[in-house]
Amino acid sequence: MSSHTAHDEHHAHDDHHHGPEPGLMRWVYTTNHKDIGTLYMLFALLMFFVGGALAMGIRAELFQPGIQILEPELFNQFTTMHALIMVFGAVMPAWVGFANWQIPIMIGAPDMALPRMNNWSFWILPFAFTMLGMTFFIPGGAPAAGWTMYPPLVLQGGWNLAFMVFAVHLMGMSSIMGAINVIVTILNMRAPGMTLLRMPLFIWTWLITAFLLIAAMPVLAGAVTMLLTDRFFGTSFFNAAGGGDPVMFQHVFWFFGHPEVYIMILPAFGVVSQIIPTFARKPLFGYESMVYATASIAFLSFIVWAHHMFTVGMPLTGELFFMFTTMLIAVPTGVKVFNWVATMWRGAMTFETPMLFALAFVILFTIGGFSGLMLAIAPVDFQYHDTYFVVAHFHYVLVPGAVFALFAGAYYWLPKWTGHMYDEKLGQWHFWLSTISVNVLFFPQHFLGLAGMPRRIPDYAVQFADWNRISSLGGFAFGLSQLIFVYVVYKAIKGGEKATDRVWEGAHGLEWTLSSPPPYHSFNTPPKVTEAEAHS
Amino acid sequence: MSGDASNTGRRTDNRRSALRLAAVALAMFGFGWALIPLYDVICEITGLDGRTGVAQAASLPTQFDADRTVTVQFVANVNSALSWDFAPAVISMQVHPGKLYDTHYLARNRTAAAIVGRAVPNVAPNVAARYFNKTECFCFSEQSLAAGEQREMPVRFVVSRDLPPEVKVLTLSYTFYRAPENG
Amino acid sequence: MGATTKRRLASAALAIGALAASATARAGYDQLNLPVGVTPISQTAYDLHMLITWICVIIGVAVFGVMFLSIYLHRKSRGVTPAKFHHSTAAEIIWTIIPCVILVGMAYPATKGLIAMEDTSEAEVTIKVTGYQWKWKYEYVEDGITLWSNLDPTSRAAIHGDVSAAENYLLSVDQPLVLPVGKKVRLLITSDDVIHAWWVPQLGMKKDAIPGFVNEMWIRIDDDKAGIYRGQCAELCGKDHGFMPIVVDARAADGYAAWVTERQAAKTAAAPATAGTLAQATAQPTPAARAAF
Ligand SMILES: [Cu+2]
Ligand SMILES: [Cu+2]
Repeated sequence: MSSHTAHDEHHAHDDHHHGPEPGLMRWVYTTNHKDIGTLYMLFALLMFFVGGALAMGIRAELFQPGIQILEPELFNQFTTMHALIMVFGAVMPAWVGFANWQIPIMIGAPDMALPRMNNWSFWILPFAFTMLGMTFFIPGGAPAAGWTMYPPLVLQGGWNLAFMVFAVHLMGMSSIMGAINVIVTILNMRAPGMTLLRMPLFIWTWLITAFLLIAAMPVLAGAVTMLLTDRFFGTSFFNAAGGGDPVMFQHVFWFFGHPEVYIMILPAFGVVSQIIPTFARKPLFGYESMVYATASIAFLSFIVWAHHMFTVGMPLTGELFFMFTTMLIAVPTGVKVFNWVATMWRGAMTFETPMLFALAFVILFTIGGFSGLMLAIAPVDFQYHDTYFVVAHFHYVLVPGAVFALFAGAYYWLPKWTGHMYDEKLGQWHFWLSTISVNVLFFPQHFLGLAGMPRRIPDYAVQFADWNRISSLGGFAFGLSQLIFVYVVYKAIKGGEKATDRVWEGAHGLEWTLSSPPPYHSFNTPPKVTEAEAHS
Repeated sequence: MSGDASNTGRRTDNRRSALRLAAVALAMFGFGWALIPLYDVICEITGLDGRTGVAQAASLPTQFDADRTVTVQFVANVNSALSWDFAPAVISMQVHPGKLYDTHYLARNRTAAAIVGRAVPNVAPNVAARYFNKTECFCFSEQSLAAGEQREMPVRFVVSRDLPPEVKVLTLSYTFYRAPENG
Repeated sequence: MGATTKRRLASAALAIGALAASATARAGYDQLNLPVGVTPISQTAYDLHMLITWICVIIGVAVFGVMFLSIYLHRKSRGVTPAKFHHSTAAEIIWTIIPCVILVGMAYPATKGLIAMEDTSEAEVTIKVTGYQWKWKYEYVEDGITLWSNLDPTSRAAIHGDVSAAENYLLSVDQPLVLPVGKKVRLLITSDDVIHAWWVPQLGMKKDAIPGFVNEMWIRIDDDKAGIYRGQCAELCGKDHGFMPIVVDARAADGYAAWVTERQAAKTAAAPATAGTLAQATAQPTPAARAAF
């Protein structure tokens, strides 16, 4: 079998023999999974800094009571755009980038199954985000009704609503194409001997994530389309005056929204499950239960959505149902955490940067899980709902959760991707500064929420001043610390100590049998996968 | 294995899988829209959103529960885009489940032009909504008031005998909105 | 990392700790935790909150304790050889079942609390609460009193100036909602425009105000808890979402009765109205009042 398997007929032979096209056009026309993976990750990094700049603006305004920098309208635009950019522009594309780079080289495939679609699904994104970002410069400004886009408020927006809806459509199409590609690649392109239950956990979590994407993103597309017709074409889906129901939007939105949370976090579970065994020099504990736990989390994520809506006035039975199902998620999540700890137990651990980020992930994500469990308790959620306690909760899940896992994975595979070891000393600096500042940033927000500070407000009563100031200082420190990461990546791309094929003493899996960096076409001859290599 | 044959085979496989998944995505898009009527059906069955039921006078039971009394409160809201005054004739009534009652609201157009309004009914607590049935209501159709006109707007209702025993107070509320210009 | 690095990190951590400690000292413990509040509902919520928090803390200490122990003991630098085990059905079953048991232990009081909060019995006072961009309207259904409640002008003036000039900055209003203590008060919550949420932490409950729909919520303030309680709109409702506070003035029975009589007398003097006529409904917000900010 030769490598043109997955290639477009016209280019198959050229690509095979000559590698990448020279010049910039390589990146525009590329159908190579590594090139596209790199594009996705660089784009995500750029968006991470754009969204981060908005966050710095928010924290600067909240540094002290009174309004100094951002007027309320602009503040609402900042919070809305910060969320949309971080969710759809940074975290999701970063994971798709990881999928592109890693899936073929971890399952022994030459490339992704649908390379041309892969190219489209990336190149849609810059257009989507240009369109979204442009709204800052149109009359009426950017969307300001929150990333949750609740009507009727969102319908008061002007043209920005149309821009946002089309941008969401494009992002949705991109994600769905990416997800289809992932599923087809994993199901059809595995090397001989790579049975489903021999697949690395990162592959499993991404497979399940891809199914979540295909099920959830179209529902969001439907919901935002209804907003569009309500705003511009006189329908009354969510308009009480016309017989609609604004709460119905919340049901449809969160039917997408809760699975979306797991779309961002399941690949993180996968990455951490690759890294901990490597640096503990011991096989992953409970591989099969990890797979089942991931699948049950994915299933449960579709029947818990109304836990975001306990205050809309649901009947008691509804509140009980959503409270119980939400609490149930703690069981498979707990299984995962226990398995990670059991993997460390009696290993021989070293603490290189990827391992440090993975360990911080386990602890800090679990803290986010605890506050999630608290939020599930409906009678207390009436107090927590829409306060900074919620802000603290989901930022713990997404920043020292998803983003730390992205850092862990980036440091882990950077030597493989670039062929050079990253600067370990700077990596450690990045880790410690990020970990300390992220806690200074988000932990006090628990207190603010409990003490009664609502979320999404540009200004607050003076009793909230101290913790907001501390939180802002943590925020600035966290923002600055991320510049180290950019420098580390730049340095590793430029040069540095040559990485070996295996890179890490305890690493196992197909990607480590390839050279660092791997050849332009990953596995020209499919490798044979044995039980021993798969699970050790 | 011979490379080309198997490659072509795999390419077809990939394309077929991709199309199938795309069909799933399309179906989920449809499902998103289907959630709307689905939600309405669920609301009708459970009273989830507090929207009230409509009953045919003929199908009503003739017997009522003389031993049980529940309070029905009447509340009126006017959207600020509609320059009408709107208020219930009485703020509450003591009713027996199963018995038919009449009351009315008062509405007045404050402006010097005819305006069409539309009333949206709602019952709190939501769980009681499906037990509150109206045989006649001004909310069934749009209401037009001439300039300065004042009118009584009748409601005829019955509280079902199946009303859960723990419910002692029902609040019937109407919000009047300005109807869209083109009807 | 070198010794200097560690020392520097340690001193940075100390500085932040000192700042946090001073913040706690100045603001008091109530700035760290949920208030106990002044109603049975807020008490229930607080008790549940503390219970779940402590359960989480205990689980956290246990799990992270084992993890740190492992990090200390099972380091390569200690010359250990890694074990080879990779599953244990017994362990996996145990750590599936134990969380289930703990969850049932949480779900039981949570369900009890939730059912206790559901109460559809008759109330002595019914008040219709309507959210507007950006103010609240309170209508006492039985007593025919209507109140508009806006952000206090001194707070508004201080937003771009000196916030210490305003007492209870952003948490004071021109007209508070006056409530009796010891009586069951039923709030019928709705909205004129977008979704708002009515929330006073000390009363233990928040409910969305949804246009076209009426939500119910009830409050019974403890007999001995007359006082002023402050809250805010809790659902993003546009530009001035942060500037539509809620103030509840809870009064003992006679004080409340006197207030009602006084308000009714004032209203009769201004415009006579009883249920069944339309005079009372004319108090619509004027466009000028809405564009005050
Ligand atoms: Cu959720
Ligand atoms: Cu509001």
